Amino acid sequence: MAQTRPKPPLPYRMRDIVLPGDAACPGCPIPMAWKVLAAVFREKMILVIPACCSSVVVGAYPGNSIKASVVHVAFASAAAVASGIAEALKKRGVNDVQVIAWAGDGGTADIGMASLSGAAERNHDMIYIMYDNEAYMNTGIQRSSSTPFGAWTTTTPIIGKTEHKKDVARIMIAHGVPYVATASIAYPHDFYAKLQKARRIRGFKFIHLHAPCPTGWRFDPKYTVEVAKLAVETGLWILYEYYDGKIRLSGPSRPYMDPAKRKPIEEYLKLQGRFKKITPEKIEEIKKYTEMYWDWIKRYM
Amino acid sequence: MGKVVPITGNYAVAYAAKMARVQVVAAYPITPQTSIVEKLAEFIESGELDAVMIRVESEHSALAATFGAALAGARAFTATSSHGLLYMHEWVHWTSRARVPVVMAIVTRTIGTPWNIWPDHGDFMDQRDTGWILGFGMDNQEVFDLTVQAFKISEDPRVYLPVMIGLEGFILGHTTMPVELPDQKELDDWLGPRRQGYVIDGREPLAIGNLAWPEDTEEMFMDIQKAMEEAKQVIKEVDESYGKLTGRRYGGLIQCVGCSNAKYIAIAMGAWAGDLIEAVQKLRDEGYPVGVARIRFVRPFPTEDLWKIINGVKGVIVFDRAISFGAWGQIYTDLVAGLAQYTRNLPVISDIVAGIGGVNVTHTDFYKLVKNFVDIVEKGEQPPVFTWYHKR
Repeated sequence: MAQTRPKPPLPYRMRDIVLPGDAACPGCPIPMAWKVLAAVFREKMILVIPACCSSVVVGAYPGNSIKASVVHVAFASAAAVASGIAEALKKRGVNDVQVIAWAGDGGTADIGMASLSGAAERNHDMIYIMYDNEAYMNTGIQRSSSTPFGAWTTTTPIIGKTEHKKDVARIMIAHGVPYVATASIAYPHDFYAKLQKARRIRGFKFIHLHAPCPTGWRFDPKYTVEVAKLAVETGLWILYEYYDGKIRLSGPSRPYMDPAKRKPIEEYLKLQGRFKKITPEKIEEIKKYTEMYWDWIKRYM
Repeated sequence: MGKVVPITGNYAVAYAAKMARVQVVAAYPITPQTSIVEKLAEFIESGELDAVMIRVESEHSALAATFGAALAGARAFTATSSHGLLYMHEWVHWTSRARVPVVMAIVTRTIGTPWNIWPDHGDFMDQRDTGWILGFGMDNQEVFDLTVQAFKISEDPRVYLPVMIGLEGFILGHTTMPVELPDQKELDDWLGPRRQGYVIDGREPLAIGNLAWPEDTEEMFMDIQKAMEEAKQVIKEVDESYGKLTGRRYGGLIQCVGCSNAKYIAIAMGAWAGDLIEAVQKLRDEGYPVGVARIRFVRPFPTEDLWKIINGVKGVIVFDRAISFGAWGQIYTDLVAGLAQYTRNLPVISDIVAGIGGVNVTHTDFYKLVKNFVDIVEKGEQPPVFTWYHKR
C-alpha cells in the first residue's frame, strides 16, 4: 500500500510558533494543522478567524497560543475581512506576509458562503482554509451542510443527517479561482506541499482540510489521525489539487482510484460513535455517493 | 484657497473621501447611497484617486472588508443606507469595539417594511448604542466638512473610534448645492497621515479579538466610554482647526442660532433644521424669543452644551425624525436623561415626532408648531409631552 516510505520531518520546531497552552480538546486536529501552517509561513501569517472552535482554541486574552497575527472576526465574514486586509497590504506595499482565512465548515459552507463566494469571485490574494470537522463543534455538535449523510449530531439526534455533504471545493472550482485543493490532517506533507504551492500563486486559493473531531464524532482522541487516514484509505475523502482547469489526484489518494484497493467504508464508520446507529441501507447510500464523487474526479483529471 | 463646485450631498461625501485620500473603499449599492459608490468608482478608475475599490457582495462584507483594510493600516471608507446599515449591524459594533478608525457615510432612508426610499432618521438613530461617533450634516457643505473632519476625529489617539456621518437621502443626497472644496495641499497638511492604535500587517505577531474574561471585556468597553468623553473635546478642536483652514466653524457638537437671549429653545438635527431656523427667524421677527440648538453629534451626546443653553429657559421643543416605538423620539430621551444630572426642575420639554417615512415637514409646519408651543407655555398651561405630528 501507499505511504510506506518514511517522510522527513517538516521544517518546524515544536513549540516555536504554535505554542503550548492552547484551549483545544484532547486529540483536536486544529493545532496539528496550525503546525503545518507554521512550517510554511512561520510567524509571517495573518490568520483571520471567524466564530469557530479556533476562536477558543487559540486561547483567552491576553494570551495567544500562536506566535503569528490573529484577527478574530464576526461569523459570516472571514473572507470579507481577509479581502480588506489583502488589499490594504497590497496598497501599502507589504508583501512578505500571508493572509489566511481560517474557518470551520459552518463559517465556510453555511453562514460564510456568501462572503466566501464574493471574495473568490473578486480573486483577492489570500489562502482560504476550511478546516472541516463536519458540524458546529464549538456550539456542541450541531449539523452543518458539511456533515456527512447518516451522521448523528445534536440537531439530527435520532435519524441522523438525511442529506449528503456539501462539496465546497467543487463550488470553489466553479468560481474559476486559480487554486483549489483538498487536504487531510493525516497527511501533513501533502498539506505542506499544497500550502507551498498556494503561496506562490497570486489570487484566491482554497484548501478544504478534512479535520476529524474526537469530541463531535465520538471517537477516542488517540485516533484523530487514524480516522483521518481511514477517510482517505476508504476513498471517502479524496485528496486532489485543481489548477489550470484540471484535477490532479494527490499521492495519498492515487491508489484508491481503483475501488478494489480501498478499505471497506465500514472500517471508517465503526470507529465513530456518530455512525453507531447507521443502517446497512444508509451505508449503501454512502457507497453510492462515494462512487459518484470518484466519477466526478475522474472526469476532470 | 478652495474652489466652489455645485454638487449633490452624495457627491460631497465622495469628494470628501477622495480629498481625505482614502486608500480602500469597500461598498455595496443601495438607494439612496448608490451615487457615492459610483462617484468613488469613477474617481478610482479615472486615476483621480489612488485607492482600491472592493466591490463586495453585501453590506455585511462592505464593513467587514473596510474593517480589514483599516486594521491593516489603510485609510478606509464605506457608505450605506437603511437596510444596508441594518444588515451590517454586527460589524458596526465589531469595528468600534476593536477601536479601528473607519469613516462611513449614512444616507438616511426609512426602514421597511413597507418598502420606502424616503428619508427619516430611523436607520441612523438605531446606531446610538454601537460605540461609533455619530455626526449629522445640515447641508452639502457641512456634509463635506463633516466627512473630512470625521477622519481627523476618528484617527485622533484620544478617540480611535469609527465615525458615521449622516445626511438625508434625496433632501441632501440628491440635491445640488454649491460646496467649497479646500485646497488639497492645505487639507493634506491639516489632516496628516493615517493614525491608528495598532496595525495588523505581519510586522509583529499581534492578536485582536481573542476571547476575553468578563472583567477584561468590561474594562475595554469602559475605555470606549472614556474615549467618547474625550471625543467631545476632540470634535471641538477639529471644528476650530478646520475653521482656521476654511473659515467655516460650526460650533462643535451643536450649532446655536439665536440661543443667547432665547427663552425657548427648539432642537432638531439634519437638513430640516434649516427649515426650523427659517421658521424661528420669522418668529423672532415677530417678537418670539426662540433660539435653535442644532444637534451635530448624537454620540457623544452634547449634554453639557445643551444644558448651557437650556439652563434658565422656559421651554424646549424637540423635533425627532425617528421614534423608539413604545417610548419617544431619541433626541428627546437623551436630552431629558442628560439634563436630569443638572436639575430636578426641568423647563417644559415637548417632543414632536414628525417627518417619519419621509413625510415632508416645511418651515411653515415648524413655524406653526413652535408658535403653538410658546403660546401654550406663556399661558401657563402644559403642552403635551409627546406629539406625533402627522399631516395628510
